[in-house]
Amino acid sequence: MTSKSAASEPGTSKPAPAKRKAGVSAPPKTGATPEELLEYFRAMLLIRRFEEKAGQMYGMGLIGGFCHLYIGQEAVVTGVQAALGENDAIITTYRDHGHMLASGMDPRGVMAELTGRRDGYSRGKGGSMHMFARERNFYGGHGIVGASASLGTGIAFANRYRGNDQVCVTYFGDGAANQGQVFESFNMAALWSLPVVYIIENNQYAMGTAVTRSTAQTKLYKRGEAFGIPGQQTDGMDVVAVRDAARKAIGHCRKKKGPYVLEVLTYRYRGHSMSDPAKYRTREEVNKVRSERDPIDHVRELLIAGGTADEAALKEIDREVKALVTEAADFGQQSPEPDPAELYTDVLMTL
Amino acid sequence: MTEHTLVGAVNLSLAKALEEDETVILFGEDIGVDGGVFRATDGLVDRFGKDRVLDTPLAEGVLAGMSVGLAAEGFRPVPEIQFMGFIYPALEQMISHASRLRNRTRGRLTCPMVLRAPYGGGIHAPEHHSESTEAMFAHIPGLRVVIPSSPRRAYGLLLSAIRDPDPVVFLEPKRIYRAVREDFEDDGEGMPLDSCFIQREGTDITLVSWGAMMHETLAAADQLAEHGTRAEVIDVATLRPLDMDTILASVEKTGRCVIVHEAVRSNGVGAEIAARIGEDGLLSLLAPVGRVGGYDTIMPLARLEGRYMPSTERVVSAARRALEFE
Repeated sequence: MTSKSAASEPGTSKPAPAKRKAGVSAPPKTGATPEELLEYFRAMLLIRRFEEKAGQMYGMGLIGGFCHLYIGQEAVVTGVQAALGENDAIITTYRDHGHMLASGMDPRGVMAELTGRRDGYSRGKGGSMHMFARERNFYGGHGIVGASASLGTGIAFANRYRGNDQVCVTYFGDGAANQGQVFESFNMAALWSLPVVYIIENNQYAMGTAVTRSTAQTKLYKRGEAFGIPGQQTDGMDVVAVRDAARKAIGHCRKKKGPYVLEVLTYRYRGHSMSDPAKYRTREEVNKVRSERDPIDHVRELLIAGGTADEAALKEIDREVKALVTEAADFGQQSPEPDPAELYTDVLMTL
Repeated sequence: MTEHTLVGAVNLSLAKALEEDETVILFGEDIGVDGGVFRATDGLVDRFGKDRVLDTPLAEGVLAGMSVGLAAEGFRPVPEIQFMGFIYPALEQMISHASRLRNRTRGRLTCPMVLRAPYGGGIHAPEHHSESTEAMFAHIPGLRVVIPSSPRRAYGLLLSAIRDPDPVVFLEPKRIYRAVREDFEDDGEGMPLDSCFIQREGTDITLVSWGAMMHETLAAADQLAEHGTRAEVIDVATLRPLDMDTILASVEKTGRCVIVHEAVRSNGVGAEIAARIGEDGLLSLLAPVGRVGGYDTIMPLARLEGRYMPSTERVVSAARRALEFE
């Protein structure tokens, strides 16, 4: 059992670490190369700009169904993605646009699915919560809270059965961590030593309920202890910390040592969904995290302090990313509506 | 040829599926070492190994949920639920995921799994070991719901269900697990999942049923025959999708119809069949469509079970009412 805490809370219950200072002569220490930091910066910025656009389009009535934005949590999926092997599988919840973009799915196809159009990843039948990309080993967002745990355990079973060394990273949130199927999954994964990393994205709130108001043991990385599953907690606002913790977790599974629980402390800036005014927390709380712990600002500061890039170069990256997102947004609005005949397709293979 | 019981046919069919396709995996509580509570998987762990015939914890929800994940990965999991009354934790997985995976992914991922469960009363068990709640699944687009009524059909329909590219809920009428024996070859022949079977041809009235109730229905047809009435008997076998063409063609011929099922009558599958006959076959009808079903109550314990289960007499009397209607 190697449970240990390696992070402070990015929320409010513990003080945030000292503000990082930019412009000092010695570059700050990080385990990542300048090239890697640039890559993470771009990947996180793509998610943020995409989500900002999606929020805007939702407000304009261009996106139907629900829409759960990932803004604030970008370092989690970006860090984990950097630790994944080529054939490792990914499955997640309904706050899933970031996971799709990180796994390499085309922003145009993701946006066209949000707008419910024919060129969307599920051709307008899945929407925000239900997109899949087999070619990227991305097994979907899932709208049911806790669903990814048991489905991801099944995918891990498939890999163990085949005898390969592929790992399934299975994301869910602090809310889902209280679902029964998560514990059932833990038991089976431990019993059969399945290669699955359960990544608990603890963004502090299950919809509007703070983790401290819903959860008896708030150290969620300890959730596997009863099953003998090792766990670790990491700072989800620091992409390199996430990557390093994910490497350790994935390495554990790849060595056929069974499942692993990785709790990532993060924070969502927006409401649970677009229709959530977020009255359960103060504006000050959100602003404090945004100004002191923002994962993208953190990498921006590292890049500048390390002399890897200046403000102008980073602005240029932002322009490129915005262009990609604008293209995706246009694509999502121009793609044709689904054919009404689609109502009856893909129900069974043959009816 | 060898004689097989229905549960023996299930065993044979599972063995054939395991033999012909290495992506087939069986899961369930007590199905391995113990061979299943009804012995449906007897001996399979010895033949196919514990990597393919797995004893699982008592956790139906994750059993079905893992199967969806496995099926998405190209496997053909066949989880067993010990009794239908324990299937409800799996309902969430079947409805929210299994039935929708193809639609959600536009066919990129499919869910070729078969959720097996013994169902129905007649073995003097408590209520959640005896109920028939097939209508819950039959209500869900994206699922197939299949119920065999004989050993040969259990063998053929189960093989087809496992080979089918979509999720199937396969309900086994445990009352007749060992009640009848049938001769057939272990030839790997499947049976169609999209058609009813005309069990007996007739001209005067159509009796529609499935599962164990086929036996009371056929006995009722025998009694009617003694008085010169020739009943056509249909085994629906696949409740979803429903082969109404066969039923409507029969009603067009006979003009009268009684539907028989063990499940509670209200909102049962019989209601759907009766409504569809009303919609598409009204002018063929010479009498209102009759329904014989379980009463609108919780499945009773053993001493009252006989009062609950539709009897041959109730089927005969419903048929007489339809025949005498003017």
